[in-house]
Amino acid sequence: MARQQQHPSECVREVILGNPAGLHARPATAFVDRATKFHSDVVLIKDGREANGKSIIEILALGAEQGARLTLSTRGPDARAALEALLGLLETKLDET
Amino acid sequence: MKLQEFLFPAAFVPRLESLDKEGVIRELVEALAQAERIPKTRVSAVVEALLERERLGSTGIGKGIAVPHAKHRCVKEVVGTVGLGVRGVEFAALDGEPVYVFFLLVSPVNSPGEHLAALGLISEALKDDTFCSFLRQARTRQDLVDLLVEADAGKYAP
Repeated sequence: MARQQQHPSECVREVILGNPAGLHARPATAFVDRATKFHSDVVLIKDGREANGKSIIEILALGAEQGARLTLSTRGPDARAALEALLGLLETKLDET
Repeated sequence: MKLQEFLFPAAFVPRLESLDKEGVIRELVEALAQAERIPKTRVSAVVEALLERERLGSTGIGKGIAVPHAKHRCVKEVVGTVGLGVRGVEFAALDGEPVYVFFLLVSPVNSPGEHLAALGLISEALKDDTFCSFLRQARTRQDLVDLLVEADAGKYAP
């Protein structure tokens, strides 16, 4: 797969949420921590509702449960790296409360 | 689910006396016990569970708001309350700002969905800057009740 780190690009991928307790406060915080390390815009979409991937409040407002079908979209100079890093967080069983 | 189904006005603390994290949490849990939403004999255990959760990472989610929460066997459904700090409380919030508004939740042990829904509803309202601003201006229990009624009616929905 060609890397396009040098040019602004957009990456979009569907993902099934892995965490048994859903995207609650701690995984949401972990997600935002990771997302803010990238320059790209990060958007998480559930049932047509968009959340800024760098806002904990917006992510919590999605109320995403385990098995939820989410769309992750990244746009910017490091879109692909951001997508890959964040997909991992959503797919794996994040730490539990 | 509506905010008014799990946030109980009898336990609201419109003027928190405490100025630190542990004190605020204790004050709110005691208010929940006074309102008979958790057993009085479990106040210390619930406070400890909430502090334990804070040690894993602050629930200060920014914009002067914190959502301290924990699971405990003493509740059968999510119970919560709202507290307002007259002065900002140092809460190790993620944006480093002091916290003025607290939504405290105690959830049953085996219903992550209910906890997620409650947190989601609160966050949905908090997305609205007008709601946040009115929260910060609220001074009485009735101010808080009015705001929750409006939020439940969809006034702050996007």
